Amino acid sequence: MTIRAYAAARRTLTLADKLYEINWGLVLLVTLIACVGFAMLYSVAGASFSPWAGKQMLFFAAGMVLLVVAALVDVRIWLSLAYPAYAVSLLLLVVVLALGHSALGAQRWIAIGPLELQPSELMKIALILALARYLHGLGVEDVSKPVRLLIPLVMIALPALLVLKQPNLGTTIILVADGISLLFLAGLSWWWIVPALAGVAGAVPVAWRFFLHDYQKARVMTFLNPQSDALGAGWNITQAKIAIGSGGLTGKGFLQGSQSRLNFLPEKHSDFIVTNYGEEFGFVGCIALLLLFAVVIGYGVQIAMSARSQFGRLVAMGLVLNFFFYILINGAMVMGLIPVVGIPMPLISYGGTAMLTVMFGFGILMSIHVHRQVEIPRHSGGII
Amino acid sequence: MPLFDRKDKSRYASFTRRTLMVSGGMTAVLCALGGRLYQLQIRDGALYRTAAEDNRVNERLVAPPRGRILDRFASELANNRRNYRLLFVAEQANEKAETALNSIARVIQLSDQQKKRVLHDLSINKKFVPVVVAENLSWEAFALLNQHLPYLPGVQPDVGETRSYPYAEQLSHLLGYVAPVSPDDKKGGDDDDPLLDLPGFRIGKRGIEKQFDTEIRGEAGASRVEVNAYGRVIRELSRDPPVPGKDVYLTIDRELQSFTDQRLAGESAACVVMDVATGDVLALSSTPGFDPNLFNVGIGQDQWRALMTDDHKPLINKAIAGEYPPGSTFKPAMAMAAVQNGLSNLQVNCSGALQFGNNVFHCWAWKKGGHGHVDLKRGIQVSCDIFFYEVARHLGIDKMHDAAVALGFSSRTGIEIPSERPGLIPSTAWKLQKTGVPWQPGDSLSAGIGQGYVLATPIQLCTAAARIASGKSVSPRIVRVVGNQWQPRPSPAPLPFPEESFAAVQEGMNLVANVPGGTAYAWRITEPGFEMAGKTGTAQVRVITKAERESGVKNDASLPWALRDHGLFIAFAPVAQPKYACACVVEHNAPPHPQVQVARDVLLFAQQRDILGRRAAYPLDSADTTPQRDRA
Repeated sequence: MTIRAYAAARRTLTLADKLYEINWGLVLLVTLIACVGFAMLYSVAGASFSPWAGKQMLFFAAGMVLLVVAALVDVRIWLSLAYPAYAVSLLLLVVVLALGHSALGAQRWIAIGPLELQPSELMKIALILALARYLHGLGVEDVSKPVRLLIPLVMIALPALLVLKQPNLGTTIILVADGISLLFLAGLSWWWIVPALAGVAGAVPVAWRFFLHDYQKARVMTFLNPQSDALGAGWNITQAKIAIGSGGLTGKGFLQGSQSRLNFLPEKHSDFIVTNYGEEFGFVGCIALLLLFAVVIGYGVQIAMSARSQFGRLVAMGLVLNFFFYILINGAMVMGLIPVVGIPMPLISYGGTAMLTVMFGFGILMSIHVHRQVEIPRHSGGII
Repeated sequence: MPLFDRKDKSRYASFTRRTLMVSGGMTAVLCALGGRLYQLQIRDGALYRTAAEDNRVNERLVAPPRGRILDRFASELANNRRNYRLLFVAEQANEKAETALNSIARVIQLSDQQKKRVLHDLSINKKFVPVVVAENLSWEAFALLNQHLPYLPGVQPDVGETRSYPYAEQLSHLLGYVAPVSPDDKKGGDDDDPLLDLPGFRIGKRGIEKQFDTEIRGEAGASRVEVNAYGRVIRELSRDPPVPGKDVYLTIDRELQSFTDQRLAGESAACVVMDVATGDVLALSSTPGFDPNLFNVGIGQDQWRALMTDDHKPLINKAIAGEYPPGSTFKPAMAMAAVQNGLSNLQVNCSGALQFGNNVFHCWAWKKGGHGHVDLKRGIQVSCDIFFYEVARHLGIDKMHDAAVALGFSSRTGIEIPSERPGLIPSTAWKLQKTGVPWQPGDSLSAGIGQGYVLATPIQLCTAAARIASGKSVSPRIVRVVGNQWQPRPSPAPLPFPEESFAAVQEGMNLVANVPGGTAYAWRITEPGFEMAGKTGTAQVRVITKAERESGVKNDASLPWALRDHGLFIAFAPVAQPKYACACVVEHNAPPHPQVQVARDVLLFAQQRDILGRRAAYPLDSADTTPQRDRA
């Protein structure tokens, strides 16, 4: 196997080979999940393709093109693009802070021609690529060296602080989680991890006191006691739980959900879309969706494990974890397990940028799968 | 050439180990999410399902249409009129509310005050809540508005229902009015109808509208509607239709009532017409009246003050709540008492004055030297005070009291209109208890001519006339049918007077009106067969001083209005076979005695119209199963 695999790695893959190598099963699963999203957007609009479901389908179609294109791009090209992408994203984050649009009290968007761009979304992928490239150049024993460790920490901290400043707590959390996860996977010593965890625990009160915005504190407070403000900020949490809970075992049936359709939920089409799914399809439907997500994640992990390059492995796992963190945070939020943070459910929540980013992520994941036999010399990693 | 260097192998092993750890972690977290789903959807599912229903379903009351009030011939006295309204929904207008109102004002009239109120209402309501811009529009204005609708975004024409009193002032005291529920209405606590909390709901506040409010009101329906988070109605889920209010049929004849009201116009007066056989009230007028429609739409501050300060007291139903000294109209009752107590043959010589103790009691005709020889019938005919002083002296107050009470004085007649007053016939016990002073024989003399402590309402005077005319203790009733139910009517018991007393008093009252020398002869009914019998009366409002008596200031017409005497008259007709009884009081009247003329005209009108000869149009009359038929 190894000989042939090596030969395959040496051989230049033709376009047909690459298309054949795309994991179409995974593509099918992703499409299936996206279809759940279309159905829900159709439902919350009152059985209508406008204003959301129709557009979302177009986003998905565009995302699919992006996925295939990204899958065909050689993994080494992704490696070479890692640092420039990171640099551009960082620059855009600075720009958006300086002159971006303000949506819902936060500066997250910049307009490029007709396109509305969210640099924080780009940064998620750019950060994963950049960190993977850096870590690709390090051996297990090197990762834990303080001098070596400082660089990736700065790479994480810069965008995280910029995004936090927007303010966008949800994305900040995901960036940091993605980054730390990659360090962990690269073999960061437990001697670093355990004290760091303790430090984070100690930092929470400090962050509360000095860094969190009032609306962020309010979200946390209402999360801890939703009844304290049942008609105000606690409304989201209470209504989301009512919608999901009222679905029961089998749900009220497609298009029969009343809570989200009747506007009891804000952001019913974006961050809280899953509540409508829970209401209409119940426990059975929710578990089925969780399983779908789990299988997708499983595919991702398998792709990571089968990649020959450390860069490929780390990028694959980074993308999988990024996807997972979305699911975790959004799921936990709508079920009242964590405070409300603005994180959409990937593939399901309405939104062009989020859809394209997720599909792009799957495209790179697919590229790693297609080029899994490609070897990349260690010196390609590190700094330059 | 090694495929992987040693370091890479260790990296791969470390990566795999940690990936498996992370995968385990992810699996655990996904399982936790599943557990949370179980918690929410299975364990607490029922709880959240209830909460969801509460969230989305709203019970809304549906107001029932109010029952009508009709007269004996089914003519509508109070009904529900279409209320052409104009609503404005802010969110449907694509311009500012001020601009929209100005566009509306170009089509229909809108005062600045109205505009201000609309803007205020808009500011306190959600954007999708319709706000009333104008109500009670004319059909023409409403049609015009509909025509302009394409150019008036946000404007919704709407047809509601509102109470309407087509005869306005004419039946105001009788019907009362409806008005929005006030906090006082709910304070009693015995009326916990949820309708009372419905915004804009109106209940009866006076008259029949108040007395029969619960019957006329109907029962609330309910509409279960699905609402969204902002309270906007998405759709109706189910509906219990309201039970419409019951119709109330009165014994009133609207034509007679209108006639009576018109005859009394301008006076502060009351007039009651009654069926002597049944006590059915055919007309019950009290002037001046008020426009009940004003109270429905909301009476203005100025209009209210005008009603309150008017010295003709338009808010008092004088027919049942006006207590007057009956004066000489009390004499037929005293004549009944006299015959009852064996004084039918009493003969008195009237010299114009009677010395009683230290006082001199004058006859009204004292200046002419008195009435001379007077018996009971002539005593009534010429209204001789001296004769009735003698009667009073013989009987004493308690026997007078008993007879008067038997004729219906001194207690509420029980007519189905709130705010009736009981009047007063004094007795020895009453005076001692009330004033602590024992009864003086002189008090009896004043009472004998309907003065002193004696007070009676027009409805009581009419009842007494009806009882004298029919020989039966009829009581006035004004409501005949409610919904599909006859109203109970107490069967008239025989009166404790001997047969000849009725004949004698009826004859005396006949002499009053139909024989020269009678006090009402000048205003008799001349149409053959329609003649009336009656009794005039004057109630002093002020005490005539001795000085005035001597200097001869007796011309009532020269006094200020408020100091003039009240004029009273009771009558029944036709004389031969009494059917109609009437009592008329005109406050502070001046000759030539309008009360007598009104009563005459009213009785003639009633007979010529033959109200009691016509078949009434009560809804139960046509049904064969009715337990009780109206008079044949």
